[in-house]
Amino acid sequence: MSEHKKDIDAHSGVATTGHEWDGIKELDNPLPRWWLIIFYATIAFSVVYWVMMPAWPTLTGFTHGVRNYSDRAVVAQELSALKAQRAPEFERLMQVSAEQAEQDPALMNFARAAGKAAFGDNCATCHGAGAQGGKGYPNLNDNVWLWGGTLDDIEHTIRVGIRSTHADARFSQMPAFGKDGLLTEAQVTDAAEYVVKLAGGPAKDAAAVRGATIFGEQCAACHGADGKGDRTQGAPNLTTGLFLKADPAAVASKDWTSLRGSIVAQITTGSGGVMPTWEQRLDPATIRALAIYVHSLGGGEATVDPAAATPAAAATNPTR
Amino acid sequence: MTAAVKTPRTGFDALSVGVVLAAVGAYALVAAARTHEAMFQIHMYVLLAAMALGVVGVIVSGAKPKSAAQSTYNDEIVKAGVIAAMFFGVVGMLVGVVIALQLAFPSQFYFPELGFLNFGRLRPLHTSAVIFAFGGNVLIATSFYVVQRTTKARLAGGVWAWFVFWGYQLFLALAASGYLMGITEGKEYAEPEWYADLWLTIVWVAYLGVFLGTIWKRKEPHIYVANWFYLAFIVTIAMLHIVNNLALPVDAFAGTSVSLMAGVQSALTQWWYGHNAVGFFLTAGFLAIMYYFIPKQANRPVYSYRLSIVHFWALIFIYIWAGPHHLHYTALPQWAQTLGMTFSVMLWMPSWGGMVNGLMTLSGAWDKLRTDPVLRMLVVSVAFYGMSTFEGPVMSIRAVNALSHYTDWTIGHVHSGALGWVGFVSFGALYALTPWLWKRERLYSLRLVDLHFWIATVGILLYIAAMWVAGIMQGLMWRAYNDLGFLQYSFVETVQAMHPYYIIRALGGVLYLIGALVMAYNLWRTARGDVAIQERTPASAPAAVPAE
Repeated sequence: MSEHKKDIDAHSGVATTGHEWDGIKELDNPLPRWWLIIFYATIAFSVVYWVMMPAWPTLTGFTHGVRNYSDRAVVAQELSALKAQRAPEFERLMQVSAEQAEQDPALMNFARAAGKAAFGDNCATCHGAGAQGGKGYPNLNDNVWLWGGTLDDIEHTIRVGIRSTHADARFSQMPAFGKDGLLTEAQVTDAAEYVVKLAGGPAKDAAAVRGATIFGEQCAACHGADGKGDRTQGAPNLTTGLFLKADPAAVASKDWTSLRGSIVAQITTGSGGVMPTWEQRLDPATIRALAIYVHSLGGGEATVDPAAATPAAAATNPTR
Repeated sequence: MTAAVKTPRTGFDALSVGVVLAAVGAYALVAAARTHEAMFQIHMYVLLAAMALGVVGVIVSGAKPKSAAQSTYNDEIVKAGVIAAMFFGVVGMLVGVVIALQLAFPSQFYFPELGFLNFGRLRPLHTSAVIFAFGGNVLIATSFYVVQRTTKARLAGGVWAWFVFWGYQLFLALAASGYLMGITEGKEYAEPEWYADLWLTIVWVAYLGVFLGTIWKRKEPHIYVANWFYLAFIVTIAMLHIVNNLALPVDAFAGTSVSLMAGVQSALTQWWYGHNAVGFFLTAGFLAIMYYFIPKQANRPVYSYRLSIVHFWALIFIYIWAGPHHLHYTALPQWAQTLGMTFSVMLWMPSWGGMVNGLMTLSGAWDKLRTDPVLRMLVVSVAFYGMSTFEGPVMSIRAVNALSHYTDWTIGHVHSGALGWVGFVSFGALYALTPWLWKRERLYSLRLVDLHFWIATVGILLYIAAMWVAGIMQGLMWRAYNDLGFLQYSFVETVQAMHPYYIIRALGGVLYLIGALVMAYNLWRTARGDVAIQERTPASAPAAVPAE
């Protein structure tokens, strides 16, 4: 060592270790004190943490620590506490009718909150965070409903889904008129022109007249002679101008060039979207809350009570 | 080693490499003929072609007359590594920019007709390209350079060193093409299938052999600290790679396999691997680079020999336990989470030992930071290293992790380490190596290094700041409840809220990529022997102008 001491670094005045590799030397500086102190402090912190908390495995289990703390036990407790706290509201939600629920602001408030949370995690991916929908995904804020807009209708749709795997799924299938050769390209264009006219758009008269005949033969069975649709089979009302399979921006701006193209495409392919069944994923109370939330978004329809409704009223609303 | 035994020794090296290549080639031939999987068959043909090329290469190199080259260092392989590193660096960063854009603009950068460009295929391509292709080539190249210089011995094993280099590139080709075709084990940072894993194992054992063999025949009495770190990196990566990839192929001639571990055991093994890949590949390996290139570039002695010993062994012993902090609040038993967290906290100072040694080595040379942008890059890399090795232990604390886990904060943390530390220390080493290897007086342009430094630094700051904000916001939104105990925000709303930060992140990545392109240009001109016109001095001009 004594001969190593001779090699002193001129700048720092510290001796080197006397080794050299490719011109690199090492100074013989001690460990920085602050470094060592913090290192010991982190070790001390760890030892204390091990004493307090579950830490080391043993042959038969593990050391539980002075606090005997368990994340899993805490989460289970918190979840059951939350469940217990909400249980009365969820129970009442299942017991009362839609009308009774609407008369109870506190219950409605709870149902909307529960529904909104469930909507965000399960529905918003397709229907949008604000339920505004998108191309092929219905807007749930308006009063246009494919399968009915009463609380019961909505709840049923959520439960069984549309074209889903559920045995009672809501199911309808529009033929692919163009793709399957049921109509010629010209006939599809004519039929589309008539649909434009039904929706109040600037239709070309001659084509629309030809289209009306085709519509009567091919489309009226489901969409109705007046094009107002049929909710019992999920056939959309074509007179609103709110086309599901069109770009929402084109719908909003009444861009008929774009809309006409979307109508032609739909008559050609007859495509239909899928909504999953939620019966297995969500409990009945959550589905009820979800239905109330969607119903309250703006387009919900009043339930027609068969006992209270007059025969005349029932007759004017044969679909529901 | 005397000159007399060199020739038969070289002959044995070539023969043994040839046997390995022939054996692997024979398997590839049979597998290509027998398999029913199209993608596996493609890989077997690639393997077969590579083995055939390898045999040709061994024969051709054996036929070349060996003269003075044997007595000097093997720098050709380091040059090859520098070129490979620069190439893969640009490719990997480009893929990173693409996937950042896919996250920021999902509908514009989604190509349904080109399935191999999906995020799920490109993401492992990005991570593997920057970590294993760029980082790995930097590590192999610098380790081969440093070990020769600090042992005063030529690389051991003759043609085996070239086997390591080309074998590693073959592994990268199998991995990258496999990701794009959809071949994956689904293990993060360990995606390649069993046959690519086995090939890498052969290559890695050869790497260990070459490195240890060189140390064995060293002409210096002591082993330099950089070599301890390189050795720790090589040995530990071998162990991690083998254990995490323990799997049973479904058939001897099939490309798919089943992991030997299941459930939480599989998860823990995966993160024992994943975290120590960070620890021993991206930390120990690059600390080795730091320990050679900073004292060399600053021309100052290493600050403290004692600190290097203590922080080396502390790092080695503590790092290996820290993996469970990736699995806080999961099915992993809480006691294992405790150990992962506490060992991560204890890891703070051992990590910082490297930073202290790196920064304090500058004492007496701080003025060089103004004039030497390469040294500045190396020093700033150590600063980023210090920052991310402080952030890591903080994020491993369970209470902090409850907020940060699964958020983009983690992505920001990774990139402050990857772009700031690994990237900059690699850039510094490559800037230093290129003039040394190609025997040039200086770099083509120091101004371009300066430009690279500033573009890349701004890029990193944009990236990590955006991810901090996005990640913490995301974590806070996820845990927000209303007074009835229902979640305040849906997942979709948190994604929408992050959109602007994803754009900033992509911008940061673009800047970093531009910096790397500037660097590639600068290195290419340096290798050609050019000096930028504005930077020519009366002293440098005559030396640089003649065409070499």
